[in-house]
Amino acid sequence: MKAHTAPVIPASLLSRRDPAWARDFEAILKAYDAAGGKVDALQSDRIASAVISANRVLLVNEIPGVHIEAEETPTGIRALIRVDPGTRVEYPVHLCFGMIPQEGIQEILPTFEIGEGAEVGFLAHCTFPNAVNLQHIMDATVRIGPGATMRYTEAHYHGPYGGVQVLPTSHVVVEEGGRFENEFNLTHGRVGRMEIRMEVDVAARGVAELTVKAYGMGEDYIRAEETIRLNGPDARGLTKTRVAVRDRAVSEVYTTAEGNAPGARGHMDCTEIVRDQAVARNTPIVVVRNDQARVTHEAAIGSVSRKELETLMARGLSEDEAVDIIIRGMLA
Amino acid sequence: MNPLLVVENVHVHRPGAEVLRGVNLTVYPAEVHVLLGLNGSGKSSLAYTLMGCAGYRPAQGRILFDGEDITDLPVSERARRGITLAWQEPARFEGLRTGDYIALGMKEPTLARVEEALRAVALAPAAYLGRPVDPTLSGGERKRIELAAVYAMRPRLAILDEPDSGIDVLGVEEITGLIRQMAAEGTAVLLITHRDEMADAADRASLMCGGTVVKTGNPDEVRAYFAQRCRPHEETLGAQPWEPVNGDAYKEVVTRGVCA
Repeated sequence: MKAHTAPVIPASLLSRRDPAWARDFEAILKAYDAAGGKVDALQSDRIASAVISANRVLLVNEIPGVHIEAEETPTGIRALIRVDPGTRVEYPVHLCFGMIPQEGIQEILPTFEIGEGAEVGFLAHCTFPNAVNLQHIMDATVRIGPGATMRYTEAHYHGPYGGVQVLPTSHVVVEEGGRFENEFNLTHGRVGRMEIRMEVDVAARGVAELTVKAYGMGEDYIRAEETIRLNGPDARGLTKTRVAVRDRAVSEVYTTAEGNAPGARGHMDCTEIVRDQAVARNTPIVVVRNDQARVTHEAAIGSVSRKELETLMARGLSEDEAVDIIIRGMLA
Repeated sequence: MNPLLVVENVHVHRPGAEVLRGVNLTVYPAEVHVLLGLNGSGKSSLAYTLMGCAGYRPAQGRILFDGEDITDLPVSERARRGITLAWQEPARFEGLRTGDYIALGMKEPTLARVEEALRAVALAPAAYLGRPVDPTLSGGERKRIELAAVYAMRPRLAILDEPDSGIDVLGVEEITGLIRQMAAEGTAVLLITHRDEMADAADRASLMCGGTVVKTGNPDEVRAYFAQRCRPHEETLGAQPWEPVNGDAYKEVVTRGVCA
């Protein structure tokens, strides 16, 4: 985790809001900054953004071609995020989801619609810095139009107590020639309990790349279930999982790739490092329904390589320092 | 001059074999000491033993570094005293950038020294500083980066295990120049190789056979001895000790040291 100072809230934002809003906004921005978010991006009129604290929509910035409609619900928000056909969004859309209290539920129900030929990136930070008994639920629906590209990078920070349950579920449809790249990072602070579920249906010549990186410790529990169905001719799919667990943490990774059409190509790549009394399980499932499709998988689970350790120790690092560098590198 | 490294009657057992059988070796400060020997003669085993790698703890004998008995010290402690090793097949690290990897062993890391180290192994800093030390590098690139990391560290003793393997002829000349540069900066180099022409870069040389050092002296003399006494075995029996046809015979020659 980087060293950080309190973010400077843009005066232009503070001046037009009430004091209660300002307090909430300041608190969530501090957490956003601690989680690695760029506060400056939220005041740019060239960057679309949204800031959600618990069930309050604190800020929405739209830019031409990017539309964000958010409504508050009793336990969270429901949002529709649309990118117009043909729009090339220069800077990633910045999203901040979080809760400042120690306890509570936040339920995020977003729908993403990426129009034909559009290209857009999202940079989402989910932060729960004080969580002791807190549940964050997301149920996302994503439709990526023909020839469109969506890159979604999500970084989580759950604080030092491990008191968070994170339960994100996504249903993604990639239409013909579309591309979906998703990266989920939870590598700083405690995990708590995390259960990710993602299902992706890929049409002809579409591409889906799913990456999960997580570092569990203490009593953390990590479960990742990812399914890619390569339904159209020449569709491509890749799952990449990088997990490290130590102490008594548990990780369970279930990846499924289905080759259902001619020329479909899928690959699942899982590396997990296990230390102490931690446990890692990996279950790849390969389904091929067409004799011209091909799906492969590789998995390496175990302790840190002795040779890697000794190479770094031969530079003067202690064994613990060497392990940390190897794990941080794998999760970088 | 007091020796920097003294190896006294070191024996090391690995599962099923005694890989070092009473090794005696002395390396002086800032000298380039080439260690010749055929494949399987025990050179790499000696390198791992000197570095303190797991599974290579001497069953007998001792290792002195600058007068201190380091036989029981772990790898990190030996490195902190100034010993390091460049592996014959260096490890790869996902997500670790070349610039950061080179800086790891430096007491006071500076970008200038990292760039100097890369240039010393004929790699352009702009192209390599940000590249990960992972399987996307070729074998030759990875070996050059390993040498750069050792050079940047300014160790008191650098053990280089076959730095010339997998490197083209032009690259071998560059490596030879780097080794002389390291010695000029005060680093003693124990250069392990089975290419006798590498002895040209050395101040002294030793020859290993059958898990022990059988000769130490002037590089020209040791090189000539190696060419006359050891090479014929290799040419007769084949270069690869584990070839199915003659591997057993070759293995017997180099592990029992019949040429000594």
